[in-house]
Amino acid sequence: MNKENEKYLIKGEKGKWEVVIGLEVHAQVTSSSKLFSGSSTKFGAEPNTQVSLVDSAFPGMLPVINEYCVQQAIKTGLGLNAKINTYSVFDRKNYFYADLPQGYQISQFKNPIVGEGKITLDLPNGSKTIGIERLHLEQDAGKSIHDLDPTSTYVDLNRSGIALMEIVSKPDLRSPYEVGVYVKKIRSIMRYLGTCDGNMQEGSLRADVNVSVRQEGDKKLGTRCEVKNVNSIKFMQLAIAYEAQRQVDLLESGKSFYQETSFFDIKKNETRSMRSKEDAHDYRYFPDPDLLPLNLDKELIEKIKKNLPELPDQKKDRFIKDYSLNAYEANILVSEKEISDYFEEVVKTSDIKLTKNWITGDLFASLNEKNISILESPIKAKQLASLINSISSGLISGRAAKEVFEIMKETGGDPIKIIEEKNLKQKSDPKELEDLIDKILQANKDKVSQYKSGKDKLFGFFVGQTIKISGGTANPQLVNNILKNKLK
Amino acid sequence: MSDIAKKNLTEIVSLIKKKELKSEELTECFIKNINKDKKLNSFITNCSELALEKAKQFDKNPKLETLLPGVPIAVKDLFCTQGIKTTAGSKMLESFIPNYESTVTKNLWNEGAFLLGKLNCDEYAMGSSNETSYFGNVINPIAENTVPGGSSGGSASALAADLTPTTIGTDTGGSIRQPASFTGTVGLKPTYGLCSRWGVVAFASSLDQAGPMTKTVEDCALMLEAMAGFDEKDSTSIKKKKENYSKKLTDNIKGLKIGIPKEYRVDGMPKEIDQLWENGKKILRESGAEIIDISLPNTKYALPTYYIVAPADASSNLARYDGVKYGFRSSKANNLNEMYENTRSEGFGDEVKRRILIGTYVLSSGYYDAYYIKAQKVRQLIKNDFDQSFKKVDAILTPSTPSAAFKIGEKKDDPISMYLNDIFTVPVNLAGIPAISIPAGTDSNNYPLGLQLIGKPLDEQKLLNIAFAAEKKINFKQNLNRWWEK
Repeated sequence: MNKENEKYLIKGEKGKWEVVIGLEVHAQVTSSSKLFSGSSTKFGAEPNTQVSLVDSAFPGMLPVINEYCVQQAIKTGLGLNAKINTYSVFDRKNYFYADLPQGYQISQFKNPIVGEGKITLDLPNGSKTIGIERLHLEQDAGKSIHDLDPTSTYVDLNRSGIALMEIVSKPDLRSPYEVGVYVKKIRSIMRYLGTCDGNMQEGSLRADVNVSVRQEGDKKLGTRCEVKNVNSIKFMQLAIAYEAQRQVDLLESGKSFYQETSFFDIKKNETRSMRSKEDAHDYRYFPDPDLLPLNLDKELIEKIKKNLPELPDQKKDRFIKDYSLNAYEANILVSEKEISDYFEEVVKTSDIKLTKNWITGDLFASLNEKNISILESPIKAKQLASLINSISSGLISGRAAKEVFEIMKETGGDPIKIIEEKNLKQKSDPKELEDLIDKILQANKDKVSQYKSGKDKLFGFFVGQTIKISGGTANPQLVNNILKNKLK
Repeated sequence: MSDIAKKNLTEIVSLIKKKELKSEELTECFIKNINKDKKLNSFITNCSELALEKAKQFDKNPKLETLLPGVPIAVKDLFCTQGIKTTAGSKMLESFIPNYESTVTKNLWNEGAFLLGKLNCDEYAMGSSNETSYFGNVINPIAENTVPGGSSGGSASALAADLTPTTIGTDTGGSIRQPASFTGTVGLKPTYGLCSRWGVVAFASSLDQAGPMTKTVEDCALMLEAMAGFDEKDSTSIKKKKENYSKKLTDNIKGLKIGIPKEYRVDGMPKEIDQLWENGKKILRESGAEIIDISLPNTKYALPTYYIVAPADASSNLARYDGVKYGFRSSKANNLNEMYENTRSEGFGDEVKRRILIGTYVLSSGYYDAYYIKAQKVRQLIKNDFDQSFKKVDAILTPSTPSAAFKIGEKKDDPISMYLNDIFTVPVNLAGIPAISIPAGTDSNNYPLGLQLIGKPLDEQKLLNIAFAAEKKINFKQNLNRWWEK
């Protein structure tokens, strides 16, 4: 496997092959109701409990566009630095399937709501711009359940009609790693905007991955294969690696292949063909006569633009400027909106450097360990700020702070209370410390004379002893000063 | 008592409002007639018992300020009616009972009317003779063996035979106006978007429009008033306040300009149609209107355009009838594809299959541009023709159909000849504008013939006024010998 900062190339017998990847991300629009009906979109409901007459395509039922979903699409388009089309059209994509009640999916074909845009990826050796081809709105289908009964298929229409945004990239991606960064970036932008929760386990974000290979230096695109409906970044990366290698092997052995559609078998870790170009569906797209073309008010777009929240790239620039972070640190802190919010709440009252280190260090480690998100963290921002401020003010030592943190991450308790209970308060009373140090010097007379005869290194021993015997509560700065005086 | 059933809607409403007629008595008159309907076959579902119940309820607590107080109405079986079988004339929906009510029928019931029954129609409204219905042919009461037209054939037949005081149909390419013309009744296709399509089984979404079928123009105004209105559940519904068509109805049409399109003078048109048209011009001129020759140059492309656009919509609209969720499902299937194939092969009739095939073909990749896109362009040209003409005239006068009612079976195996029947009505649907057919004379067999008046978008009032004036002068009298009761 190539390293992250190396160009991703597949070495074959006949030279090096470049992998060209384009993504069609399907993102579920955050909306309480469906794209063309008032049914709820809540995840995890009992099968067929969130289905209206429209969703189940009863005779005479008609779709009515959910304007909130349209606004969400505009927002996302603006977040992708894309052109918003004031005129767009809903088309019918016709095909038969048991979980597609209408016998067609309402989508946007020729005239999508969002046109070309671009996003910037931060890669180890610099940034890279990925072109966005388009974004369009479409309905999701229902779900066929094949494993409940040996002879029948069950259909759950809860998903039927839920609004999706299909975000199509240009074929600008060149490695599985870039694809990972790209998907995370798109997800981050949508989460900042509140237009898609990006929850891949619940199917809110999935992608069709288009893969082709060409010899290094070639300008022409190779024949591509589309791997359908991959629902995790890891599987996308595995699918690309497998599919690219398969294509290279075929081409190197002199075989050509046709454009085809496949799926990724996660158990066997391989892509398998679903249908070739010859059996490709003819979807017979045509404008849905039940819906008028979508004519957007320029003012509406302007209004949404004005109220757009700060996006990851802007926030990153601001963090670098305001908090003197480097690009790497800023990237980590803005990668998810919740993390940046957390950081900003802590840093509001606390030291920047300590805040940055505690969040990216101990806090992230504890979250990883428990496999939870920052929102689920038992240590809330205010508590972490209080802990950090206890260090800054000299109330506790850094070492004691670690101990307090260990308790906080289990109990979520208040750091001040923990410090008091565990008696971790830093001893900063010079009299008290002097007494303690006197005792230590008394007990180590031999070492004192060694020190005085020139063994400077022993100074550290006295400091260590003092801290140790104080149970980590002695203020190191004070200990230093007192020791220096006494050992003169 | 049977005379009551002969009365027009306006007279009936007036009697009820004056408390000279009980809804129950009225309803019984129609039920009596319906029970002798066997030969006409105009009903698919008879709701007599339910109607009587509703009539009694009405009489107990009559709401007389409504537009249709205590009036029983049978409707085309394309309108979904809550708790009542809605078949669309198809085996596919033979036992389908919706748990919802179409907006248009709900509007009628809100005005004091109630359901009398569901009327036969061509399967999914695809047909011009009511011969494609899974529930059998409907006969035109004007003569044995004649078709009532289609697709609202059951509606026209029931209305003409006094089985319902008024009715509603749907018109995708002439399905209200052609049967009205064949049965000597009045039929209006409103502006696209005036009446909600919600809850109406869809045929061609961009053309379908519900409308009233009545005995008189005044009845037509009253019914349109009751059924029309903005519906937020239909995205193509027009936002517009309700009109009082019946109150504003006048036969004063002095100074109005009526256009006569030369392209509607088709080759081989019977002489009597020509005479009918001439007579129409004469009458309107006598009423003070000005007759102006106009040209609608793209008329000749209307029928081929229609037979691309309508089947395209239909092929997609009818995809939902797949046996998965409701309606007919073939029992002879071992897997999903077989279920689709067998369900749709057994559930749909020939004409529906023909149109699904045409529609699928014209939308297919490689043919889409040559057929569908071209048809949409021509459709715009046809609309432009009308727009241009309406700069010069207030309405357009044409014959409703190129012939009177034909014999059952006469055109059944010749789809092109059948489709040609809609030649005068189809352009109106493509343009989305309103048109009304009124009885205006008879042919040599004494079969009724209709004249069509075409108006500007949302100009139904003027159209009704002109029709009202013409109706007075024409003074058409329906004389049925009620052969089917014998």
